[in-house]
Parts: sequence; C-alpha cells; structure tokens
Amino acid sequence: MNAISPDITFDLADTALRELNAALHAATGESNARRWRVLNPNGRHAVAVGINAPLTVEIEGHVGYYCAGMNAEASVIIHGNAGVGLAENMMSGFVHVRGDASQAAGATGHGGLLVIDGNASARCGISMKGIDIVVKGSVGHMSAFMGQSGSLVVLGDAGEALGDSLYEAKLFVRGSVKSLGADCIEKEMRDEHKVLLAEKLKAAGLEGTVDVAAFKRYGSARQLYNFHVDNASAY
Amino acid sequence: MTAHSNVPRTPPRFSATFDPATLAEIRRAAATGIYDIRGGGTKRKVPHFDDLLFLGASMSRYPLEGYREKCGTEVVLGTRFAKKPITLKTPVTIAGMSFGALSAQAKEALGRGATTVGTSTTTGDGGMTPEERGQSQTLVYQYLPSRYGMNPVDLRKADAIEIVIGQGAKPGGGGMLLGQKISDRVAAMRNLPKGIDQRSACRHPDWTGPDDLEIKIEELRELTDWEKPIYVKVGASRPYYDIALAVKAGADVVVLDGMQGGTAATQDVFIENVGIPILAAIRPAVQALQDLGMHRKVQLIVSGGIRSGADVAKALALGADAVAIGTAALVALGDNDPQYEDEYQALGTTAGAYDDWHEGLDPAGITTQDPVLSARLDPVKAGHRLANYLSVMTLEAQTIARACGKSHVHNLEPEDLVALTVEAAAMAGVPLAGTSWIPGRTGGY
Repeated sequence: MNAISPDITFDLADTALRELNAALHAATGESNARRWRVLNPNGRHAVAVGINAPLTVEIEGHVGYYCAGMNAEASVIIHGNAGVGLAENMMSGFVHVRGDASQAAGATGHGGLLVIDGNASARCGISMKGIDIVVKGSVGHMSAFMGQSGSLVVLGDAGEALGDSLYEAKLFVRGSVKSLGADCIEKEMRDEHKVLLAEKLKAAGLEGTVDVAAFKRYGSARQLYNFHVDNASAY
Repeated sequence: MTAHSNVPRTPPRFSATFDPATLAEIRRAAATGIYDIRGGGTKRKVPHFDDLLFLGASMSRYPLEGYREKCGTEVVLGTRFAKKPITLKTPVTIAGMSFGALSAQAKEALGRGATTVGTSTTTGDGGMTPEERGQSQTLVYQYLPSRYGMNPVDLRKADAIEIVIGQGAKPGGGGMLLGQKISDRVAAMRNLPKGIDQRSACRHPDWTGPDDLEIKIEELRELTDWEKPIYVKVGASRPYYDIALAVKAGADVVVLDGMQGGTAATQDVFIENVGIPILAAIRPAVQALQDLGMHRKVQLIVSGGIRSGADVAKALALGADAVAIGTAALVALGDNDPQYEDEYQALGTTAGAYDDWHEGLDPAGITTQDPVLSARLDPVKAGHRLANYLSVMTLEAQTIARACGKSHVHNLEPEDLVALTVEAAAMAGVPLAGTSWIPGRTGGY
C-alpha cells in the first residue's frame, strides 16, 4: 500500500483483495483519508464490498462480480466495466460505472443510487427494494423482475419481460420495450411521476440533458398480489 | 329371516390406491380448483431412523460408565476458512424459521432455549429481529433468494451465514407467505405492502450454479472480513453431487435437509413427492466429503425428522457432525398442544394434525402474526421447555454413545448400526440386522 496524501492507493497487482476490503471496513469516514484509489482490479470479484462509511473509492479498470456489494454511504466509481451483481443489495450511497454492467446490476438494493453509463445486461434491478438505478444505455431481459420498490430509469431500450411479477418499483423507459412481464403494465405519466423522474435524472447528473416527457412509465397492475387460481396462467 | 341373509357378504373394502384420504383430496380439488397448501414436512411413512438400531458394546467393545465416564457432545463448526468458528455444547441446533412464518415471541423463545443449552438458532426468510438476536447467543443468519430483510448491519451481527439453496420439504421450490400473515411489521421488514402474498424466489437473484456460488461465498467472506463460518444449505435430492459442489464452492459447513423437514407453507403435492428422506441422504453426503478428503473438515449438519437423542445419535453415527431441528422445536414450544383441542376442532382439525400454518390462526400462538394469538406464547416459558427438550436429546445421545463405548458422540460410526428393513439397510449403508448384508454396496451414488 502506498499512501499518497490525502488519497490512499491500493494496487491490486501486488496487494491482496482482503487487505483492501478490510482497510475500507476499518475506515471511519472521520479520517482525512476519504478518497481511495484502486489500481489494477483486473476483473477481480468482490472489490470494495461492504463499505460502511462516506468514503470515495475510484477503481481504475474493470471489475468482476459484486463490486460495491452491500455498499452503505460510500461513493464508488468504476472507470471500466462491471461484472455480475454490481452494487448488489446496496443500502445507500452512490455507485457509478463508466462502462457497461453485466447481469443483476443493483440486485436487491435497498437504497442509494446506481448509475450505469453504458448498458446493463439481464435482470438489472432484480428484486430491487428501494434502490434507484439510472442506465444511460439499454437493459436486458427480465429487468426489475419482482422489483419491490425504488426506481429503474432506462434512457435506452428494455429487453423482454420488463418488470415481470413487479411489486411497487417504478420503471421509466425512454426507448422501446421489447415486452412487458407478467403483471407489468404501462401507466399514465402524471406530473408527480415527471417530478420524480426529474429528481432521479438530476441525481444522476443528467439535469437539463434529458426530456422527461420522452419517457414512458411502467408499474404493477397488482393483479397477482394475492394468488388466485384464475391467474395461474399468468405465471 | 330372509332366504339370502345367511349368504356371506363382501364387507365394504377401501381401495389401497383410492384410500379415504385420496378420495377426500380428489373431492377437495374438484370443489376448489386449487392445490392444497399446508405447513410441515412429509406425512407419508418413509424409511427413517426408526429403522436403525445400535449394537451396544459387549464382548468385543467396552461400554462407558453412564454416570462416571465422560462422553463429549461439543461440536465446532466452521473450521475450514472462518476466523471465528462456532463452538456449540450440543450437536443439536435450531433450524432456520422465519419471523413472518413464526411470531416474534416464538423466534425469541427459540433463541432463549438454544442459548440456555449452548447451541445455535437460525433466522429465516424475512430477516433478523432484535428479539431473536438479543436472546440468541449464537445466531446463524440465512441468506435466501428473496433477500427479504437482508442488510450488512445484521450480517455483521451474525455469528455465521447460511446460504440457502433449498430445503427438504421443497427442493427446487420457492415459497409464499400469504397475505393474512403480513402484518405491518412483517411488511416493513420485507419492503412490501401489507396484506399481499409475498413470494420467495426459488433461485438466487445474482448467481446461478456452483461456479457463481464460489464467487458469492467469496463476496460474503470479504464483506465480513473472513470472520464468519459460511454454511450452504440444500434440500436432499442429489446429496452426493450437491455436497461435493458446495465444498468446491468453498462452504465451511453444509446443511442437508431431508423431505421430513418442515416448511411454513408449500403445496402438499410438493412436500409429499419431491426430495428424499434424510436417511437416504446422509451416506452419499458423507461419501462426497470423504472422497474430497473433507469429512470433519467441512462439517455436515443434517435435518428432517429429528425427534430424539436416538435420532441424533444415528445421524452422527452415519457421519454427520450435528443435526438441526425445526418441527420438533416448535412442538417443544407448544405447537399442536392438546390444551388447545377445542380450538383445533373449530379449525376443522385436531391437536397433532394441525398443519395450516400459513393461515395465521395457530391457537398456540407460534405460526401466526395475530397479536392476540401471539401473546399466548410466553417466550420465557416456551424457551425453558425447548431447553429441557434439547437437554434430553443431548443426554439420550450420550446414553447411546456410552453404550457403544464412545467417549464422544462424534465417535459413533456406521459399524455401530444395523437396519431393521432391507430399504433402511440399503439407504443407510449398514447391514440388515442379523446379517452381514448391505444391499446395493456394489457401486457409488
């Protein structure tokens, strides 16, 4: 580890991953060393997971599975692409990937903001529980599957079965939707939804660059909230 | 007297295939158009530990004195990778059961009972409650496909993490907590509206298959600084391969749940027809561990129909390191107690047979979120009953182990057992009593 005040730099080419994560967990957020740089991630899994402090972590390269998993309070910026389960189960904070994200980005996230500059693969926002996700590109099939709460904003297109078995997550898509999943319907875009969408876009740094009127809103038809045999064919 | 009255008549005879229970189910299905949902594990008779007997010591082996010579029962779980393995005083643990399926009082009572005797209890689908954490000295935190209530704060509070891939009552199935049990508190813990049916997925949202599981385990270890033992729980179906893959993925402990293991709510057809009895699953699992050189290094916990110290001893003799109990623990708390017979009758059932746990009307206040019913269960008294029961099971297992000449319950071995039936002999891999015959011992699994 090379200390470059005020930053702390970890080079994963010669430092064990668990040293990085342990150091991030030990940081209190009250120290001066609030900006961390991670070099040579080289697709490593579980980089910067479980942070519980308002740190800023910049990762210089591509990461593997579960980067920033269960993040709380921290800002994690990935200057590259991210593998499966980016920011899974995030509680709060901010995760930003400059490239593309693989499957299940933001899965089960409870809070915070995930911004993906490129595309996200299948099941983006699966089982989301309060997280906000903004994807500047497109998302793959089954995105927001069983989404419980939070929002998924897609500037590009959505693949098949968007919002399948959706609960109360709010979905906004600017481009085309290949198909909607079970119990997911297009809904009226009222003023309060435009306000909400504008807030999410602003948080993602897109204020004034994107027209909220160009989006369509999708949500749950709430027909499958209580199992009934007459709906069996919908599953 | 009529002329034909002396002619012998054929008495009414029920079909073995279309027996009264089957006929009743056909009529129920025809009337409702929906399958039957219930709680608990399989109710059919399957080969079980009852079909095994111990060979007590005699000429060739020396027994230990019951009241003088020590017979250890402690078990250490998570010695493979975890910095902080768990040490339990008894090999009988409490299986995962959710707050939501169970009342907060019941979860607290499980923690109290387990803590009294020095063993662990386990959360379930729905997260960790303060009552449960507060009363559980050793608490295993389940990591389930739904991730309801999953958060890093509770993860760090846990003593171990159990990744649930399946359970014995429904290997390959998810779950559903019906709306009538979704109180304000349960809804808040699961981030869902009150009163709706809450579906629990059958697959994890962010990994698929054993290679991904290895990466998921690495993430959980990194999240918790490699401190906590990580269990992998599977329902018994293909135990040899499942346990081998769990070990390959990096598990510290594997949990194997047979089809007698209970569930909060699942289709009866699933419970009764999917998965295999625990008796048939232990030996293939142990064989997988032995083939990998990991027996006793990766600990094996088995569950599904464990009722007594004899069952515990038999499971350990077949190679398990510990057992878990669920249904039996609920009975110890007060589930299906005859004192509520009138109320069970009003629900159309009887004490001992009540299994509509999903409806939330449990007179014993255990499988319910109704505040009036829940209040019937005193967590302190119920916890005391559970502690008594766990102590008895431990004493019984020791009694048998001493009779077999073992100074620790882990020293029990398959050679201490014989089987009463050909089926049990084949499944358990021990000789049919009075013979040296172990059916099927010609190949692998």
